[in-house]
Amino acid sequence: MKSAVIVFPGSNCDRDMQVALREVAGKEPHMVWHGDSQMPEVDVIAIPGGFSYGDYLRCGAMAANSPIMREVVAKANQGTAVLGVCNGFQVLTECGLLPGALMRNASLKFVCREVNLTVEDNTTAFTFNYSKNKPIRVSVAHGDGNFFAEQATLEKIEGEGQVAFRYCNAQGELVDTANPNGSMNAIAGIFNEKRNVLGMMPHPERHADPATGGNDGRLLFESLMGALS
Amino acid sequence: MTNYHEDTTAEIVKEHGLSDDEYKLAIEILGRAPNLLELGIFSVMWSEHCSYKSSKKWLKTLPTEGPQVIQGPGENAGVVDIGDGDAVIFKIESHNHPSFIEPYQGAATGVGGILRDVFTMGARPIANLNALRFGALDHAKTRHLLSGVVAGIGGYGNCVGVPTVGGETNFDPAYNGNILVNAMNVGVAKTDKIFYSAAGGIGNPVVYVGSKTGRDGIHGATMASAEFDDESEAKRPTVQVGDPFTEKLLIEACLELMSGDSIVAIQDMGAAGLTSSSFEMASKGGTGVELDLSTVPCRETGMTPYEMMLSESQERMLIVLKPGREADAQKIFEKWELDFAVVGTITDTGRMVLKFEGETVGDLPIDPLALASPEYDRPWVEVPMPAFVELNVPSSVKALDALKTMIGSPDLASRRWIWEQYDSSVMADTLQKSGGDAAVVRVHGTQKALAMTTDCTPRYCYAHPETGGAQAVAESYRNLVASGAKPLAATNNLNFGNPEKPEIMGQIVGCVKGIAEACEKLDMPIVSGNVSLYNETDGKAILPTPVIGGVGLMQDSSVMTKIAFDKEDLDLIVLGSSNGHLQQSIFAKQILGSQEGQPPAVDLDKEELTGRVVLSLIENEMVVACHDISDGGLVVAVTEMAMANGIGAELNIDESDFGLLFGEDQARYILATEDSDSILLAAENAEIDALVIGKTKGNALTLASGASISLSELSAAHETWMPGYMEAPVSREA
Repeated sequence: MKSAVIVFPGSNCDRDMQVALREVAGKEPHMVWHGDSQMPEVDVIAIPGGFSYGDYLRCGAMAANSPIMREVVAKANQGTAVLGVCNGFQVLTECGLLPGALMRNASLKFVCREVNLTVEDNTTAFTFNYSKNKPIRVSVAHGDGNFFAEQATLEKIEGEGQVAFRYCNAQGELVDTANPNGSMNAIAGIFNEKRNVLGMMPHPERHADPATGGNDGRLLFESLMGALS
Repeated sequence: MTNYHEDTTAEIVKEHGLSDDEYKLAIEILGRAPNLLELGIFSVMWSEHCSYKSSKKWLKTLPTEGPQVIQGPGENAGVVDIGDGDAVIFKIESHNHPSFIEPYQGAATGVGGILRDVFTMGARPIANLNALRFGALDHAKTRHLLSGVVAGIGGYGNCVGVPTVGGETNFDPAYNGNILVNAMNVGVAKTDKIFYSAAGGIGNPVVYVGSKTGRDGIHGATMASAEFDDESEAKRPTVQVGDPFTEKLLIEACLELMSGDSIVAIQDMGAAGLTSSSFEMASKGGTGVELDLSTVPCRETGMTPYEMMLSESQERMLIVLKPGREADAQKIFEKWELDFAVVGTITDTGRMVLKFEGETVGDLPIDPLALASPEYDRPWVEVPMPAFVELNVPSSVKALDALKTMIGSPDLASRRWIWEQYDSSVMADTLQKSGGDAAVVRVHGTQKALAMTTDCTPRYCYAHPETGGAQAVAESYRNLVASGAKPLAATNNLNFGNPEKPEIMGQIVGCVKGIAEACEKLDMPIVSGNVSLYNETDGKAILPTPVIGGVGLMQDSSVMTKIAFDKEDLDLIVLGSSNGHLQQSIFAKQILGSQEGQPPAVDLDKEELTGRVVLSLIENEMVVACHDISDGGLVVAVTEMAMANGIGAELNIDESDFGLLFGEDQARYILATEDSDSILLAAENAEIDALVIGKTKGNALTLASGASISLSELSAAHETWMPGYMEAPVSREA
């Protein structure tokens, strides 16, 4: 599996993503600078967490208009797998590859904690190593992860089965106390219609090593490895 | 006799905070009266904040050396060898005064400043910690200050992408008018790639990089060196504004430049900005420096040389380059979209010459000003050991009710509301975060890990400064040991009131003495630090608060211990002597309403020995879980271990043995183990007291009498206090 990690000047999870991809794929990912307009030939493009251009305006809004994102959009439309985590998810909604938007957390505070997620669809390249009835445990760390979509869009996302993950408790139940940011329908991650683009607020790359929080995130990269190699 | 330059007056000199004697000394050094620009430079260089004039005499008594120390105090941060060509670089620094005036920006720029101190030396920052003190719970500003400080620390650290992994927070009315915000940063570098601040190479270019200079923060260092009064709010414009995105760019750009060999010296522009950075670099290098202020990148038009030299705009660095490397360096800073300007040259004159629009606007000798800054031997009175107080526990007090009250009290309740606002897992090397003894972060790409902690018990320091100072170091030592790390070294942040008062000076002298003795005995040299004095409002001083930031090393992070019980039927053993010391304890404060008497004695020989034995038991994998015993005593420590994983304990302790349950005797650890025979034997061989207190069991805490309280009830009390306090509706009462 050949991979690329997009590096914006304010990305701060780029190294974590690089390590997770390297460990799973056994190959060094291409680190692609935001100012570049050429994308190497790869099987998966990852947009990591961070604060792309400072995000003093709407998170990800400036990054969505960077030269490299035009390339990412073109590749996604040709079917290349694209994974956006945290700020990467925000960028994907801003550039139109994914529907909806990520608003300020309902608490108005940054939140960093481990959460449980239901896996809503385990037939995609990103998720086929997961089980549908076993919640996974990963971390969130964001100030703007409150997923919002207007009613018609939300109905379409749900109707087409585009929800990838929802916040749940340890038993897999969708309860309000398990939702860290007020997201509609407890949505933690969504696919595009073709299932080759995934955006998610939680950080699988921080859970790709048992010493730092378990292997539940690693399974996502292993799914990709199995599907794309 | 005193005379004035044409653009100054006696009034202006006074506003700059110089005493009559200091002003006379300035004239003597210059051989004439300083102009306004020069007066400003004298003022900041000789401020308490930059010169340590009241504390210098005592700071010299701290142990700062050891085979592990590569660089002690005097540089931007301390550097300690961790083997394999790696070094840990760390420091703690206060941002107390600005945080009281504008909590978000004050705290945020505190984090920014300490990050720069660490990466200036060539380290990639890997962890942030903090030590916070706020006023009374019912004080009108406490919630506003706490929420602003926490948001500011998070806002800066989260954006820069350095995990905030630990800290401590206390409340006391003594901090009503002077909160404490101490920020610590820890970074890792290669021992052959450490950068220092001493300028060198006559004719070498002096380069300015980072953000533009604005009018913010002018006289910040002077503000930090005065008491507060009702007018302090008017000082808001002197608080700087932080830009963590630019800091992130500056880290990456500097580390990229440092990967080559273009740099002679580098220094961040912290307190007193361009003045102190250029002065310190030239002073340490024994050189002169000439700056052309017309070339300084400015945010606003019409800025005067005075404003440029005294601005404390954030995210700026000064670099001395090797000759001819300007273009290479410029390319790196342009890639990261940062300002880059050659603003001067290194000279052999021993003077700082400032030019602006072709004219010389300031000319000062460097050494007399930087090195011969005043040093005071301020009068002090020793704080005596308070009289012993016999504490009687009324028969109405029930141990488990008291435990629930204490664990849910502002002193001991969970700080989750705070630390969940900090990104603690970015960089994916955090092995242990807030909630345990020490935070533990892996050295990237290795099996090694660093443990780190911030500690101080101000009520002990107030009762008896020398004991309190030693206890802060001892607790730091224990926290590192309990996580499985060998304590390496420490940084300190000495927060006190007005040193011109003999009783405050006595607190400083006592605490420093205790710290020095403990650091010596426990082999934790002080490698960096910061002093914050004048923490007084309307004549009321804070509690003496000498915060210790300890760092320890684990060669193999797989030996790391946590506090959580991870199964039932583990034996629980207390190592160390329990003498039932209740004076100055949380039990005495919360349950008996007493804040009198003596703090627990600190026996440094016992601390060292017990720590050494515990560490070897951990390294030999005989310990399943470990926790040091501190605030709240033994049963609070057991409760924290039980709540961490929802597994309870049955203790063979009598319900009325309040001294054993809640005493705060030092040099003690609780070990959970499957191998109690080996532990008891090791304790016997080392002549350390060991007490088997029970077993892990069930989901409640049970005492010898059968009295029991469920962990869910204890956890509820522990977790609900802070969110309840912070999120209660605003009261409209006066």
